[in-house]
Amino acid sequence: MTDLLLFAIPGLFIILGALIVIFAKNPVHNAMGLVLTLTSLAILYISLNATFVAMVQMLVYAGAVMTLFLFVIMMIGVDKPEQSKEEIKGQKLLISGTLILLVSVVVFIGLENGLNWNLLFPQSQNTFEGTPSLLASAMFTSWVFPFEVISILLIVATTAALALAYEFRKRENND
Amino acid sequence: MSLEKERIMIEVTSDWYLTLSAILFSIGFLGMMIRKNALIMFMCIELMLNAVNLTFITASNHLGLVDGQIAVFFVLVVAAAEVVVGLAIIVSIFKKQESASVDMLSSSKG
Repeated sequence: MTDLLLFAIPGLFIILGALIVIFAKNPVHNAMGLVLTLTSLAILYISLNATFVAMVQMLVYAGAVMTLFLFVIMMIGVDKPEQSKEEIKGQKLLISGTLILLVSVVVFIGLENGLNWNLLFPQSQNTFEGTPSLLASAMFTSWVFPFEVISILLIVATTAALALAYEFRKRENND
Repeated sequence: MSLEKERIMIEVTSDWYLTLSAILFSIGFLGMMIRKNALIMFMCIELMLNAVNLTFITASNHLGLVDGQIAVFFVLVVAAAEVVVGLAIIVSIFKKQESASVDMLSSSKG
């Protein structure tokens, strides 16, 4: 019962937050819906034994990335109405129909098998908790090369953001 | 009596998490398709990346391997880099044409 509650309550909040993200009109509300989804996901991660990932999710996503989003929303203004003219005729109808079709296929397959999907691999008996030391011992031994590559990516992204901002300022001064 | 009680008890298995992840991904995809505001589209990309992260964590828990959780870190870094560069581009576009709607963005047409 506790298991079910620990899954269902964050799960409902995740879907609610996601729906707020795509349907709210005010960009600040969208950002808050995203915060709701991300924090509820962190709770699910804890129930899946990934404690350190949950912590990082809170810090990086709900903290840093959302701050960046809110900063940009405040910067470019929230009072502009979104232009809702459809460039492609029947775009919304088409995509909603396709998605409903896909979801109903998935639901049909699920119901056919009695909600028991027989995953390819059986549930492992080996349970562990994703503590920082365990993750570090994996990341700095067998995953050390991807780790280095991803750090280069971060440096490149930082440089790119700086370059974009600098270019803009130079053009402004010339005008 | 005890048998009946066991049948009522619902066990949360990995399928449930995977289904939730699929729903989250679909919502993100739907938002990506129906919204015009570039910022909201970025948020929808975040939703989809988070759905994938949930799949990774579920697989890691299901298989008893730590590698899934490592992969989540890489996705996290890619998402952060993408947000940093993307938002910088959105701001510079907005300064130029006073709108964040993607339908207006035809200047990079070849």
